[in-house]
Amino acid sequence: MKKIDTCGMSCPQPVLMTKKALGENPEGLDIVVDNSTARGNVERFLKSAGYTATITESGDTFLIEARK
Amino acid sequence: MNNKKGIIIAGGLVGIIAVLLVKLGNPANMGFCIACFIRDIAGGIGLHRAEVVQYIRPEIIGLVLGAFSMALINKEFQTKGGSSPFTRFMLGIVVMIGALIFLGCPLRMVLRLAGGDLNALLGLAGFVAGIFVGVVFLNKGFNLKRSYNITKIEGYIFPAVNVGLLVLLVVAPAFLFFSAKGPGSMHAPLAVSLAAGLIVGALAQKTRMCTVGGTRDLILFKDMYLLSGFIAILVAAFAGNMVFGFFKLGFAEQPIAHTDGLWDFLGMAVVGWGSVLLGGCPLRQLILSGEGNTDSVITVMGMLVGAAFAHNFGLASSAAGVTPNGKVAGLICFAFLGLVSYLNSEDLVKKTASEGLSKADAK
Repeated sequence: MKKIDTCGMSCPQPVLMTKKALGENPEGLDIVVDNSTARGNVERFLKSAGYTATITESGDTFLIEARK
Repeated sequence: MNNKKGIIIAGGLVGIIAVLLVKLGNPANMGFCIACFIRDIAGGIGLHRAEVVQYIRPEIIGLVLGAFSMALINKEFQTKGGSSPFTRFMLGIVVMIGALIFLGCPLRMVLRLAGGDLNALLGLAGFVAGIFVGVVFLNKGFNLKRSYNITKIEGYIFPAVNVGLLVLLVVAPAFLFFSAKGPGSMHAPLAVSLAAGLIVGALAQKTRMCTVGGTRDLILFKDMYLLSGFIAILVAAFAGNMVFGFFKLGFAEQPIAHTDGLWDFLGMAVVGWGSVLLGGCPLRQLILSGEGNTDSVITVMGMLVGAAFAHNFGLASSAAGVTPNGKVAGLICFAFLGLVSYLNSEDLVKKTASEGLSKADAK
């Protein structure tokens, strides 16, 4: 599964990076974010793009698993 | 729809609180203005000597401390920094100059619209145009690189400074400056202003409210979340203005505004473009600075310095109109924004950007 790391990027980069990675229309994508604003924004974008999002928190970061 | 409920309610409250602050003494259509209030603080601590705009605005202190408290409660306080700090400082100056040419930050632009000030329509057009230009560069790979986790203490300093500012305001030592006339002399009672700031700061932190993010996300992602907050502020403030009889439709003789439409447009274009590059509007920068984002603290410091420049060098507009110096500064702001946008867009300057990154990574 392709994985992107958006840690430390300010708005709206995490969503922009996700959008770019989803451009190839993959079956799934793993996204690492490091704050809850980005988590919410990426999750909202994934839903509108037709993906489900499973979120696991680990320490300071969140892993968002996007699947079709 | 359901997930927008929170930000719509929050926006509505911000609009109502803003009108109440005017009712209780703030200047007209200026329940909140991040740019004007930071400018007043710059005057209050003597960084500029424009006698009519000097006051330590408790709203700003409240916004920072409200966001700080809410971030602590929700375990969202994170100290971060190091994402092109000096570029952000300069962008803070630029955004402040743009706002003081127009006479208001994006939040006051909404409040001016809600008060019937049609000059703000031209500001809004410029704001949207500026955001659009910023988005073009975002799509070309513009970014200011990553921030990093840094020591917690660093993040606590700015909220602590705001507590210090509050102490100064209460004690009011003789070395501070408080306007005896003009907008700086008009303010709601300290406790009310502080409480209003605390409430709005907490709400804005919780909902991620951002005036520039609304239009930006609509263009980029067709996402209406932040824009619905923006619209809620407008509608609620409009309703409040109608109730209190503050609404006055027209271009001429609007409170703390000028009728130079071209520079209303250009000033807010600077603000919109600069804010997209920064990742958030002046309000959002202030909120982030309360939750440990030291890049935003640096941006706010840039705004403080920009406000001092704006009045020391005669760049800020007044009801009389835009100044010649302000126009020159406005054009310099555009040139700076163009350069910063171009040089940090990875698709436009691939070589330079990737070289810079690989050097940093090699360390």
